[in-house]
Amino acid sequence: MTLNETLRVVFGGIFAFLAIASIIGALLKFRLAPNAPHDAIDNLNARIKAWWAMILLIGGAVWIGRGGIIALFAFISLQSLREFISLTHTRRGDHRALLWSFFFFLPVQYWLIAINWYGLFSIFIPVYAFLLLPISASLGSDTTRFLERAAKVQWGLMICVYCLSHVPALLTLEIAGYEGRNALLIVFLILTTQSSDVFQYVWGKLIGKRKISVAISPSKTLEGLVGGVLTSTAVGAALWWITPFAPWQAGLIALTINIMGFFGGFVLSAIKRDRGVKDWGAMIEGHGGMLDRVDSISFSAPVFFHLVRYWWVA
Amino acid sequence: MAIEHFIAAFLCEFVKLLTGVRALWRGSLPEDRRRIYFANHRSHCDFVLIWAALPSPLRRRTRPVAGADYWLTSALRRYIINRLFRGVLVDRSAGRAQGNPVDLMGAALSAGDSLIIFPEGTRNLGDDLLPFKSGLYHLAKAHPEAELLPVWIENLGRVMPKGALLPVPLLCSLTFGAALTLADGESKDGFLQRARDALLALAPPAD
Repeated sequence: MTLNETLRVVFGGIFAFLAIASIIGALLKFRLAPNAPHDAIDNLNARIKAWWAMILLIGGAVWIGRGGIIALFAFISLQSLREFISLTHTRRGDHRALLWSFFFFLPVQYWLIAINWYGLFSIFIPVYAFLLLPISASLGSDTTRFLERAAKVQWGLMICVYCLSHVPALLTLEIAGYEGRNALLIVFLILTTQSSDVFQYVWGKLIGKRKISVAISPSKTLEGLVGGVLTSTAVGAALWWITPFAPWQAGLIALTINIMGFFGGFVLSAIKRDRGVKDWGAMIEGHGGMLDRVDSISFSAPVFFHLVRYWWVA
Repeated sequence: MAIEHFIAAFLCEFVKLLTGVRALWRGSLPEDRRRIYFANHRSHCDFVLIWAALPSPLRRRTRPVAGADYWLTSALRRYIINRLFRGVLVDRSAGRAQGNPVDLMGAALSAGDSLIIFPEGTRNLGDDLLPFKSGLYHLAKAHPEAELLPVWIENLGRVMPKGALLPVPLLCSLTFGAALTLADGESKDGFLQRARDALLALAPPAD
């Protein structure tokens, strides 16, 4: 199959799946709560609607091509970083460091992908931002909780920009026999990670009993975690034909990124609880903020990128 | 006036886009009543944010109270505060050439408008709230028909701190609290303290 045919099959499948979900959601609403608000069903329907929007956005970006995908993830990084910094404590002395983060490090990180400069892409934020931002903050002459503030800005950049930028960076990998099809790696990563979130939610609602950590996330259960990760590992293995992997390899990789994705959501939940909030923002109805949606991808993308780069790039 | 409406609406949309502002109504609703919104003050754009977050029918009847010493110093500022926002300008200097601020604000209330005021009196550079000026008390006493509504502005001071040239695109939120009125025989200090506590109660927990 050509790239376009494969994309048509994959996205056609997703659209069919979402259409069925929408119909079920509408039926549930019609049967159980036609004229009254119903928390669980309304939340489900809001989630399905948001899924439509997200899939259309990703589909549009893939259709536009490389520039579209890089621009989409640059925007996702921008919105996530806004949410992250908005909720963390910084002081006036950090203003310059924040300007650098938003208007220099973020765009340049994505520009490095566009010009295919892997060497600088991989160390730009861990080395240069890490050293230059505290210098900038120190010029603000405010020592109050300095280490903590510097760490927060660096964490925000790492999670929201550096880690997420590994998704479009998949386009730069040169895999023998897979030329021109790298966008499908992104589709594989997003479908696996996000379906893991969905199935964890579904399994958790159906049979969830043992809470993993009440302090961090009251809704995450062991049953949900195991059921969700295994189901979406099966989804990943079933998608082997859009990747350069054999079915067993696709399954193992899906398992790895699902586990990373789970802990991405878990770690960022710990930060949210510490700040006393439930969601990072209110951008996507039913889903909270952008960062609530991409926390799992942020943790799975770099690992996925390096697994593929280590074993498949000649 | 049409062009001013258009520019003001455009400005509001721009501010909303830049700050992603979210209005949380806790204990009150966006209703068309005569109100005195009082808020913490960190940035010159504070009143624009409150103004932009109000539904447009309310917006048209709500006037910000601003310092004449800042807003009358250039033609552009005069245009913005007088024509776009229909601000009530008060003289914060000792001489008071422009008349008593409480009377000026009271005249706007008597004309049926609502007000946005910053009872700290000046932009606050710290994390806390400054003590309130007494104007809020005198206004509440002279206009018992108006509701006092506390509004906590979160993050705008970080978007554009005093002296900064460029804004950082952080997300802001406004929390509107429950209405306050002056109780019978309540002392000035007691009332100002109660109003300040009501505003502080809307702030997110300090970390």
